[in-house]
Amino acid sequence: MDSLSGLALGFGNALTFANLGWALLGCFLGTAVGVLPGIGPALTIALLLPITFSVNATGAFILFCGVFYGAMYGGSTTSILLNTPGESGSIITALEGAKMARNGRAGPALATAAIGSFVAGTVGTLGIAFIGPVIVEWALVLGPAEYFALMVLCFVTVSAVLGASALRGLTSLAFGLMLGLVGVDLQTGQPRLTFGVPELLDGVNVVLVAVALFAVGEALHMAWRHHGGKQEVLEVGRLMLSKQDLRRSFWPWIRGAGLGFPFGVLPAGGTEMPTMLSYYAERRLAKPEYAKEFGTTGAIEGVAGPEAANNAAAAGVLVPMLTLGLPTSATAAIMLSAFQSYGINPGPLLFTQQAELVWTLIASLFIANVMLVVLNLPLVGLWVRILKIPVQQLYAGILVFATIGTYGISNSVIDLVILYTLGVVAMFMRRFDFPVAPVVIGMILGPMAEQALRQALTISQGDWSVFVTRPGSAIILGLAVLALAGPRLYGAIARRA
Amino acid sequence: MTHRRSLIAATAALGVLPRIALAQQRFASLYVFVPAGPGGGWDGLARAIELTARQANLVGSFQFENVGGAGGMVGLPRFLSQRRGRADALMIGGSVMVGAALTNKTPVSLQNTVPVARMTEEAGVIIVPANSPHQNIGQLADALKANPRAVSVAGGSAGGTDHIILGLMLQKLGRQPREASFVAFPGGGPAQAAILGGQVAAGISGWSEFSEQIKAGRVRALATTGERRLDPGVPTLKESGIDVVATNWRGVFGAPGINPTQRQALVDLMTALHATAGWRHILAERGWEDAFLTGAAFDTFLERDRSETESVLKDLGLA
Repeated sequence: MDSLSGLALGFGNALTFANLGWALLGCFLGTAVGVLPGIGPALTIALLLPITFSVNATGAFILFCGVFYGAMYGGSTTSILLNTPGESGSIITALEGAKMARNGRAGPALATAAIGSFVAGTVGTLGIAFIGPVIVEWALVLGPAEYFALMVLCFVTVSAVLGASALRGLTSLAFGLMLGLVGVDLQTGQPRLTFGVPELLDGVNVVLVAVALFAVGEALHMAWRHHGGKQEVLEVGRLMLSKQDLRRSFWPWIRGAGLGFPFGVLPAGGTEMPTMLSYYAERRLAKPEYAKEFGTTGAIEGVAGPEAANNAAAAGVLVPMLTLGLPTSATAAIMLSAFQSYGINPGPLLFTQQAELVWTLIASLFIANVMLVVLNLPLVGLWVRILKIPVQQLYAGILVFATIGTYGISNSVIDLVILYTLGVVAMFMRRFDFPVAPVVIGMILGPMAEQALRQALTISQGDWSVFVTRPGSAIILGLAVLALAGPRLYGAIARRA
Repeated sequence: MTHRRSLIAATAALGVLPRIALAQQRFASLYVFVPAGPGGGWDGLARAIELTARQANLVGSFQFENVGGAGGMVGLPRFLSQRRGRADALMIGGSVMVGAALTNKTPVSLQNTVPVARMTEEAGVIIVPANSPHQNIGQLADALKANPRAVSVAGGSAGGTDHIILGLMLQKLGRQPREASFVAFPGGGPAQAAILGGQVAAGISGWSEFSEQIKAGRVRALATTGERRLDPGVPTLKESGIDVVATNWRGVFGAPGINPTQRQALVDLMTALHATAGWRHILAERGWEDAFLTGAAFDTFLERDRSETESVLKDLGLA
């Protein structure tokens, strides 16, 4: 079946009253779990798994896909309004988004995130429908050596988020790398930095750390620095995008989507790397008159690009799942187990043996995407009202949600101890101007880079030249050198001329 | 595939239906403890037990608790201390916990529980990329025997089931398990991708994770690790002259401190559940191998599994 007739069949199936209902329910649930800090789509779908006993396969998967896409939309909301990313893919969005909200531009930030998510979701879903099976074959060519090279490239771009003081930024990054080491080492099975606490053997959850550093840290810092008496309410400016905002957002959306989708398809890609690379690219490419907004008043490009990259990567994650049956993310793994409870074995033959289900699923992704942008744009007006809540009540509420969310997910007191310990650390980091984003980035990239390096060296029997003799790895490392030295060389040449 | 399975299930259902009608409720309520997060293999077994027991009216109501982490070693101590002496409590567990208790050197293990029944098992499979020079298990074994370091093998985390299978194979081939060039990947997806993409020489994983890739010809199955063949065209390790039998089994365990009568009640419940058509239907639908074993035979099996796992992990320097 070719893609177009497949899509036609899929839309025919998806546009029934019941299936549209499942899609709407999924979008609504997904947006809600995306907004709540700590609860992600993987857990939500896992908790919904028992419905597979009573609902047909098409309905269940439409619901799950709605949750998955919805969570990607919702995740940016709290990042922008409250500087508290609910999932790791929207950490970068918080960098510029929260600054825009502080400066009365919460509306345009939310709008560019929503429309960017729509653009990227559409690009990503088109990618799944038309080039998925081809691009996944290319993705398989990349091995651990190439992944390590990609991590090196990401580490170079991290410099863009280190903040004003490189020493403080690097300190934060090192703290994140250390947190990433906690747990049983994958390659040797040895526990590291666990201090005999069994709860630490699986490592520290990245989302937990993000909630602790951003939400709890921010709330505690507010409480500490708050001077009684005056009620602080942030100003809310215009809600929609101006013509200028639209012009400034357009190319970042496209670039973000183009960058995000292939990373999502990579078996060890994920949503974090493309958001970092997109942020770096937008910061470098910004027009001189807007470049000064980065890190100060908040640049809209820094929201539009990463948010589009995040959503396109999320769509890309579905490609290896649907075309090869490979679960490359937690959410995809849970969806695969749902396939199995219908007696469907996902694999390379899924597209041919279950063509109707797969195409209905892809069609419902398009539908969910439209539903979400229709659902989320009017919500912008509602969301920004959150900022009208006096900060004391607002942050007290955030603390309650973060605490309930953390304990509710894991039933673990240790997680609560980590939440508040890191929250206090983050409070002091804010007080002494240490940026918190590099902590989370170090924690995500560090273990990935370490494992990729050691996997590559095990395969090459300890031969380090593998990183330059494999063409893919050599090209990516070359790009990293260019990103590191290029601007300086260019500057030196420009000065001499 | 699906059609054949539902046909089998339907035929099975016809023969057994009258017996279900006679089954009486054995437990008013049952507490099921899952030492893993929702959505995984142990959680799937727990939910399948619930579904079957409710359909057959063996149990009135179910209560679940999921406490995941460290291969079940975060949840196990909690089950042992909070449910001591409770006759209506079951814990899901399996081979992963045997290894996890040894590698993490925890003070408690499955030995502290009261074994009830082994329910399912899944054999592992040894695969090579489609373009690999190794056509059969003998050739791969020769390569491993000659120089284990030159044969990179992908699998799950170090010390896990896949690593143990590779270790057992090297032991039988007269090499040291720690000579293995084992490349650990987090989760099935990335490991499968590395094998499909030919990044490694071979891979070891659960049969179900690769059955579709094998069917599609993307990878070549050289051998399976169970007692019997899973696919008529793929030999077992044992019949290929490498005396290794290792499966990823899952079962149920009772709380410590229950008396033999209470244990027998749980064994009877699982025996009745195992006899229902609903259970056979679920086994067929999920592609689980029936590995039902209770009583002294299960105890003996557990002891052998533990000592074999321990010897490999010791050789690997992990226990």
